[in-house]
Amino acid sequence: MATVYKFKPLNVGRWVIWSLFALLLLVAPLMFTRNLSHTMLEQMGIAIIACLSYNVLLGQGGMLSFGHAVYTGLGSYMAMHALNAVSGGKLGIPVSLLPLVGGLSGMGFAVLLGWVTTRKSGTPFAMITLGVAELVFAMSLMFSEFFGGEAGVSGNRVAGQPFLGITFGPQIQVYYLIAVYTFVSVAALFAFTQTPLGRILNAVRDNPERVEFIGYNTQRVRYLAFIISGFFAGIAGGLGAINFEIVTAEVVGAARSGAYLLFTFLGGATFFFGPVIGGVLMVIAFVLLSELTKAWLLYLGLVFLFMVMYAPGGIASLIMMNLRVAKFGKLRQIWNSYLGLGLTALVMLAGAGAIIEMVYHLQLNSALGDNLRFMGVMLNARGLDSWFGAAFVMLTGLGLFELARRQYMREWGAIQEEIEKEIKRRETAV
Amino acid sequence: MSAYALELKDVRKNFGKTEIIRGVNLAVKAGERVAVIGPNGAGKSTLFNLISGRFGLSSGEILLNGQRIDGMKPYEINRMGLSRSFQITNIFPKLSVFENLRCSVLWSLGYRYTFLKALSGLRDANDRADELLEMIGLEKRRDTLAMNLTYAEQRALEIGITIGGGAEVILLDEPTAGMSKSETSRFISLIRKVTEGKTLLTVEHDMGVVFGLADKIAVVVYGEVLAFDTPEAVRANARVQEAYLGSTVADSQAGGH
Repeated sequence: MATVYKFKPLNVGRWVIWSLFALLLLVAPLMFTRNLSHTMLEQMGIAIIACLSYNVLLGQGGMLSFGHAVYTGLGSYMAMHALNAVSGGKLGIPVSLLPLVGGLSGMGFAVLLGWVTTRKSGTPFAMITLGVAELVFAMSLMFSEFFGGEAGVSGNRVAGQPFLGITFGPQIQVYYLIAVYTFVSVAALFAFTQTPLGRILNAVRDNPERVEFIGYNTQRVRYLAFIISGFFAGIAGGLGAINFEIVTAEVVGAARSGAYLLFTFLGGATFFFGPVIGGVLMVIAFVLLSELTKAWLLYLGLVFLFMVMYAPGGIASLIMMNLRVAKFGKLRQIWNSYLGLGLTALVMLAGAGAIIEMVYHLQLNSALGDNLRFMGVMLNARGLDSWFGAAFVMLTGLGLFELARRQYMREWGAIQEEIEKEIKRRETAV
Repeated sequence: MSAYALELKDVRKNFGKTEIIRGVNLAVKAGERVAVIGPNGAGKSTLFNLISGRFGLSSGEILLNGQRIDGMKPYEINRMGLSRSFQITNIFPKLSVFENLRCSVLWSLGYRYTFLKALSGLRDANDRADELLEMIGLEKRRDTLAMNLTYAEQRALEIGITIGGGAEVILLDEPTAGMSKSETSRFISLIRKVTEGKTLLTVEHDMGVVFGLADKIAVVVYGEVLAFDTPEAVRANARVQEAYLGSTVADSQAGGH
């Protein structure tokens, strides 16, 4: 399967895509007017910047970092301390520039720590980032003046002189601040992929040894990419500080680093826009899924597992593969297969979900009695019929899904062959 | 300025206690085409790895245009005008053919690590990459990912990447390895074309090719240069005949490979 690295939408100009993106950022809070929606939209903007900055390392540079939260988190802390300095009258910058303080701090720490981590690549690089992350987290527990101990550091974003009448009192002003930073950061990070350093970074990912023989110092390339990544990570962190008005030690924690890795991967590290999807999913999972079920981390783990196994290019690659099929006018041929896959997967998931929820109910909520509601059905966590029923639904779903999958794979293979033939035909026709 | 483009003085290399390169002396004039031949395991590839900075020497000196390059990093040596290809195809698999070539020209055109210029605006780099594309005959494969090329096409791309930076001294490590007879002859004319006027060192097994391409032949046997002379002189050299060449020449003339 050919993966096209360049983000090249079908027949649609780049301008259209970027205008639509800007428009979407502009009108999103008008379409989703609930308070929770606004909170989520703000977090999505922040997560998008963070995941995109992470993907400079993972997808574009082949650097598997286990410590990206160090740069977002330290950016958050520095921005928060700067905010408090503004409140205290010791610093005279508008609050809208605080994310840049976060960005510059993230960059500063990347200059410092990246100098050590980017000396190595591959597994040693991953190990060192893990070590650095643990180090910073341990420090966050030791230096409570800076990290604020268990309570963290809090502040009030209504500080300093209002800039053009913007006080950041109303939530919507915070949203638009984040939206502006999101648009500019996404544009800047995309532009980065189209520069000499951005392309050589891809070359370093593909084949570091060869890069050394075309005049480039691979360590320097990784280091510079790491610094750029740290800058945008810090911006995301600074926005987070303004948005939440509190920063606690968990922002530099391993769980946060893991989340960046996981959702960047889920969104798709091989395409520029993959982490944008990843950032959106991250917020949906953290805010909505965690409300819906206590077992959300388990579901997330399962999704991640299947993604790594069956679609290592993430959601973005699934989209691009199907766009390719659509481009050759063959998407309609497998429409039914997708429907079949979707329905059987739903049946399977319903069964599996029922079992998982019953286990969680027994472990955590047994004081509330044996009964629980799941998808509109009353289940008895201690009843044989509930377990039997759930297992039956799951296995039936699994069997049907496997049948649908085989059918789909056959059709997919045939279509890919047709497309290859078509490409060959066009090539020789030229 | 030295009279020699590349000069090796008593170069030695040990791996552990084993001495692989045992005092090699070699002086190549600018514009000369030198074929390095010798049996498997003689140290030809190791010699290339030492010259290009992939490995460090145990002792001795290597000079490029009169300047010491031993102890330098590969990218430093490359920037001084020496470029090499690899025996096992060594390209950027997930980049397109054009991107592969464009990467190879960036440093030499002075773009270094810049991230403030768009690639699409670099006229000289794009023109040079397209020129290379035409030289190696892959115009039709411009936007194909390098990993989807045929083997012969990948070998051609390997050459393209090697010459991209405009180096004056080119090292080709078995450029025709794994190619059929007809592919090989086509490939040799490609190599001849793209290295026109440059100093060339190449490891090659096909004796027909060696005698056709090279101005001079260096015979490496057991970590030493047994002979370094014109093809005719090497062919007549009794020591070479005895050690290595005789049987191979006979083989290749008999149509074997």
